[in-house]
Amino acid sequence: MAESTLIETSPLLRTARQVGGFLVTLAVTLLGLLAVTFVIGRVVPIDPVLAVVGERATTAQYEAAREALGLNEPLLTQFLIYVGDALRGDFGRSLLTSQPVLSDIARVFPATLELSTIATIFGVALGVPAGVLAATRPGSWVDQLVRLIGLAGYSMPIFWLGLIGLLVFYGNLGWVGGPGRLDTSYQFTFELDVTPVTGMILIDSALAGAWDVFANALTHIILPAGVLGYYSMAYISRMTRSFMMNELSQEYVTTARVKGMPEWRVVWVHALRNVSVPLITVIALSYANLLEGSVLTETVFAWPGLGLYITNALFSADMNAVMGGTVIVGATFVLLNMISDVLYKLIDPRART
Amino acid sequence: MIFNPLLRKAGPAVMAALLLGAAPQAMMAETPADTLVIADAIDDIVSLDPAEAFEWSGSDLLNNTYDTLVELDPSNLGPLVPGLAESWELADDGVTYTFKMRSDAKFASGNPVTAEDAAWSLQRAVKLDKTPSFILTQFGFTPENVEEKITAEGDTLTIVTDQPYAPSFFYNCLTATIGSIVDKQTAMEHETDGDMGYEWLKTNTAGSGAYYLRTYKPADSYVLEAKEEYWRGTPAMKRVFVRHVPEPATERLLLEKGDIDIARKLTPVDIEGIGGNEDLKVEDTEKGQIMYLALNQKVEPLADPKVIEAIKYLVDYEGMASTFLKGQYEVHQAFLPNGFLGALSDTPYSLDVEKAKALLAEAGVSDLSLTLTVRNNQDRMEMAQSLQNTLGQAGINVELKVGTGKEVLGEYRAREHQIALEGWGPDYPDPHTNADTFARNPDNSDEAQLTGLLAWRTAWAVPKDIQDEVDAAVLEKDSDTRAEMYLDIQRKHQAQSPFIPMFQVIQQNALRANVEGFNAGGSIHSAFYWSVTK
Repeated sequence: MAESTLIETSPLLRTARQVGGFLVTLAVTLLGLLAVTFVIGRVVPIDPVLAVVGERATTAQYEAAREALGLNEPLLTQFLIYVGDALRGDFGRSLLTSQPVLSDIARVFPATLELSTIATIFGVALGVPAGVLAATRPGSWVDQLVRLIGLAGYSMPIFWLGLIGLLVFYGNLGWVGGPGRLDTSYQFTFELDVTPVTGMILIDSALAGAWDVFANALTHIILPAGVLGYYSMAYISRMTRSFMMNELSQEYVTTARVKGMPEWRVVWVHALRNVSVPLITVIALSYANLLEGSVLTETVFAWPGLGLYITNALFSADMNAVMGGTVIVGATFVLLNMISDVLYKLIDPRART
Repeated sequence: MIFNPLLRKAGPAVMAALLLGAAPQAMMAETPADTLVIADAIDDIVSLDPAEAFEWSGSDLLNNTYDTLVELDPSNLGPLVPGLAESWELADDGVTYTFKMRSDAKFASGNPVTAEDAAWSLQRAVKLDKTPSFILTQFGFTPENVEEKITAEGDTLTIVTDQPYAPSFFYNCLTATIGSIVDKQTAMEHETDGDMGYEWLKTNTAGSGAYYLRTYKPADSYVLEAKEEYWRGTPAMKRVFVRHVPEPATERLLLEKGDIDIARKLTPVDIEGIGGNEDLKVEDTEKGQIMYLALNQKVEPLADPKVIEAIKYLVDYEGMASTFLKGQYEVHQAFLPNGFLGALSDTPYSLDVEKAKALLAEAGVSDLSLTLTVRNNQDRMEMAQSLQNTLGQAGINVELKVGTGKEVLGEYRAREHQIALEGWGPDYPDPHTNADTFARNPDNSDEAQLTGLLAWRTAWAVPKDIQDEVDAAVLEKDSDTRAEMYLDIQRKHQAQSPFIPMFQVIQQNALRANVEGFNAGGSIHSAFYWSVTK
């Protein structure tokens, strides 16, 4: 940093250095994550061999499977072999699904990505204005309402909220599609007519111009995304409120008001722009949390996502799957961090060095 | 990527349609007339290779995509009916079985099913030596000798066993999943490193059944497509779509809305909840799983016959079955589940605290403290709590030790439990499967490592008379006599063994009222989809 103030570097070089820095961070983070996950996986009192061979296996069959899994090697050797393979893009096979972990993740992650993205859009679109409104009228009924909604969001079990949502909007009113990503009939249309590109049904069906599938997928995603979005909204609105309260007590705000600037401009343009930097961190964190996959939401909505996948794998000591999932989650975190860094620089001139 | 301008218009239009137009449509959801949609928990599937598959939902899938030589009839489970073999006989020597193959059966690939395929499939299962291979190898086949023992010539398959076993025992074993006949040519086209197509068949099918597997997404869903020509006649349901729905309450909603035809994992609460709904019906099936207690004979007080008998009187069988287990378990106190040849349905034990106290006093035992190991699922936890309570009434202090399935199993196989609350499902539809594991233990030493046998796991040195009778029963030619022998074995086992069978599982499948002909397979088989109409 200090260097760059002295020497005028080309933007290209700067970008290259940033990308390099990012890659180093990514590598260190992932290696650390892998090491921790690996050790946890080996000390849990679950026998991965039994998960494969089942109860009736003879000792010979058990030993053969153990050998095939490479569990006879010393711990460190096992880890090094794993990392070596991972570097070559081979994350091994999942014990549970018998599929390469990478293809499993390519199947489950888009479902989670699609859901979390829409949930985050909900959360931001509602949470930020709600937080701003509450901050501009502290103590008013608006403020109380936002706080109440936020409190409810924090304290209601998501499992329960999801079920009630299904009961009301799917069961009774019939406004939305049921659990799962598509209706049964559309499932076939989708598999026959739409070539998977991203694995995200909304995007794939739109690319293929299959609008009926798109509409059906939308009716299915809206409720789980709404439920998840509600939680992210609760968090985002609360944080927005406190950032804004702080910002609105600053002197420049008073100055602006004294100068007779319209109140909406003071709040929505001047103050909001200044809170947007910490807000981006909050939003990125909340998004990253959703991307880990929400086990409970995925269970209730029969949503075949990353959360269910990792949890199932963990309970069966399917460590290849757990570590593959962990790498994805870790990489997502680092990536989102990087994106929010870039956004800072776009918004805040002081961060551009 | 070119941004389609339609997309921009579609967004609001879809929202509007959602709120107005589409709403009534969504309320009358119905599955397509020629498609059967089932919600189940299918995350137990590890492999779809018939030589390896050994899980409940995997067996359901394979039962509809493969055929076996002899089969069971879904409308009348019990007597064997012709499968890929149109006739079969046992020679006078008691060890040479011949099967005449039917000529009109084809695999999904279009290849005809031949005796050669049949021989190869059974040889393959023995050679691959995966967990269920014992179902075949118990007839004396080894990877080395199997090519001599199982041979094909023309349309005839010949199998030679090492001993003159009860023919019913042999035929019953051939109806198990491992007896599935695989399309040799297709499997070998996908062979890698001499694995006889094993890697490929883990996630694909190559059978002659009514359906073939079109898509399989592990722990998500699978789609079966009916074959154009099936030797039994093309099934009414052209497609079967099985969805993984882990949450029972969600499953119930889907069924009530008509988005699925069959829900297979509802809880008693859900079953009760749909009771008044005329669009739905519930079909109960006794399944083969037995819930039992295993008293480790390495734990000193538990080796005392009086203590064992006392604990048999300290289980509130009726109380549990009529309250929290209602509808899902029935009292059953013998190791063979109802539905099996020679199953014993007597229930001599009931909760009798006074009698148990007297027995404990006779044994000179007081202030007993024991651990009860249990898996962390709701039914089992509730059973364990009831046991903790009733054993406590007789002064036995029980500490619950809760673990995941894999943890508990590890402890049990290592013979480190005190009392284990466990479930056992038969491996193949013959009484020997349970007799073998509950009532045989050729070597009770730790070194023997007979981890597949429950009697060994709980360190019970099975009395010689019981063990001899089990060995004799697998050789008995006459089925009625054989059934009598199993009844006798179970009576002795019930009185003497450190096992306390308590319940048999009842599976409650909830169906849309228009679904007919679904059979979940009873206690001896897996689900049949091809017989369904709606």
